[in-house]
Amino acid sequence: MSALKLRNLRKIYGNGFEALKGIDLTVGEGDFFALLGPNGAGKSTTIGIVTSLVRKSSGTVEVCGHDLDRDWVLAKRCLGLVPQEINFNQFEKVGNIVLNQAGFYGVPRRAARKRMETVLRQLELWDRRNQVSRYLSGGMKRRLMIARALVHSPRLLILDEPTAGVDLEVRRSMWDFLRRLNGEGTTIILTTHYLEEAEQLCRNVAIIDHGRIVESTSMSRLLDKLEYSEYFLDLRHPSSRVPDIAGYRIEALDDHTWSVAVPRQSGLNELFNALSGHGIEVVNLRPRSNRLEQLFLQRVRGSGDLERVA
Amino acid sequence: MLQYWIAYRTLAGREIHRFLRIWPQTLLPPLVTTSLYFLIFGALMGPRIGPMGGVHYMDYIVPGIVLMAVINHSYANVVSSFFSAKFQRHIEEVLIAPMPSWVILAGYVTGGMFRGLLIGAMVLGVALLFTHPHISHPALAVVMAVLTSLLFSLAGLINATFANSFDDISIVPNFILTPLVYLGGVFYSVKLLPPTWHTLSLFNPILYMINAFRFGFLGIADVAVDTAFLLVGAMIMGLGGIAWWLLHRGVGIKH
Repeated sequence: MSALKLRNLRKIYGNGFEALKGIDLTVGEGDFFALLGPNGAGKSTTIGIVTSLVRKSSGTVEVCGHDLDRDWVLAKRCLGLVPQEINFNQFEKVGNIVLNQAGFYGVPRRAARKRMETVLRQLELWDRRNQVSRYLSGGMKRRLMIARALVHSPRLLILDEPTAGVDLEVRRSMWDFLRRLNGEGTTIILTTHYLEEAEQLCRNVAIIDHGRIVESTSMSRLLDKLEYSEYFLDLRHPSSRVPDIAGYRIEALDDHTWSVAVPRQSGLNELFNALSGHGIEVVNLRPRSNRLEQLFLQRVRGSGDLERVA
Repeated sequence: MLQYWIAYRTLAGREIHRFLRIWPQTLLPPLVTTSLYFLIFGALMGPRIGPMGGVHYMDYIVPGIVLMAVINHSYANVVSSFFSAKFQRHIEEVLIAPMPSWVILAGYVTGGMFRGLLIGAMVLGVALLFTHPHISHPALAVVMAVLTSLLFSLAGLINATFANSFDDISIVPNFILTPLVYLGGVFYSVKLLPPTWHTLSLFNPILYMINAFRFGFLGIADVAVDTAFLLVGAMIMGLGGIAWWLLHRGVGIKH
């Protein structure tokens, strides 16, 4: 069964802007799925429609096999959302925010208290349960929104930019938590501007642009489409003379640092052999950019919207 | 239905807890204000004004001041709470949950009614420090207070759904509600007014509520009590339907 199925989903806002132009998308149960796209591509509108925060113009949404129009109670029960922006009552205590959300989903009070303790402990917020939420740090606020989204044990969790603005340590701990959660069977759909995050976490990916899905495939297949990888080379001895090596595009950034584009069908060994032949010794090699980022840029470059890519 | 009951109880509980938590803003000011009303208009000026409607002036103004508190605070609670939920976007907590629009409506309205009626009871307690009026039809007075608080809680929610700024939630209370309440016979009998003003006053729905409530207290009214109940009932049906439709369509809260 699919965790999420969108068919011909369209959204035209009141001002006439067509945000979604007939989206078809299927996310399998248990998947860890990335929904990527430039700003204004239609990601948030899609998530808004799935979570009932935006009214669709036409099309169908199925959550865990339940139609969002006909079986909306069952469909909504399956769904948890971690939104992009902080959207809890900043004057409410941490524990009450989570407890009330359980109540809104019809979880009886006693069970809700147990569940609240479980999710707050999992997200290391139990000690903060009596603290007013506005005094939490940015990372804690993000974790609180995850705890709130999980309190009714949803089968499908949607995270809209969950690690935006949090430091590296918090981001890594969130990744570990989300991996564990997905390992326990929760389907996760993630939107993120950190493409490394999507590459690290997700098995399948869809790229949305101008209200249309321009790519929907597995992460490995998508990365296979990468035509070349770019690296930085740190040289042991300074050299401004760049050798001409067939098949490789090399550019000197300074005397000690070169950039090289390695075609997919070529290996690094041939490159190093050729460089040795020219008397050039490489002491370090670093990826120039995230691989998914290169693909993402290739996909949206065609639409001429690079300036929209954050 | 159990699921809906739990959701309703949670939302209503949160709304009640909200205004109790900020009691210096929500509960204390009306006690101070109404104490001044009773002191100045009732105790100091009342003996000089003399009886009104056949009762002491202090006794005459008690029902109006109590119902004025019920109206203002039922309205204020829902309009401020619902607009804050929109403003901070935590309204999304209930929109994403499997809660029908009528459960959301009932939760917010319960919070407004609870605050309006609690403050009404507290103001009545203050009034008892100044006078001890004989209550003619207590059940009738209670029913009218409950219906009035329901009506103005619904009105507050409708105002909040359309509001886009904090200015928008103060316009109706300041420029519509307050004049209608003060001109609705809180401090005087409309029978004392010149014919034109008397006729105009009959178009003020709050006049009917205050007089029906006063009838429950003192057994006197400037209008027919059954007309007042019919009017309030019809307005509740109308505003209730509008409020439900606005929530159902997501007006002001969904794109």
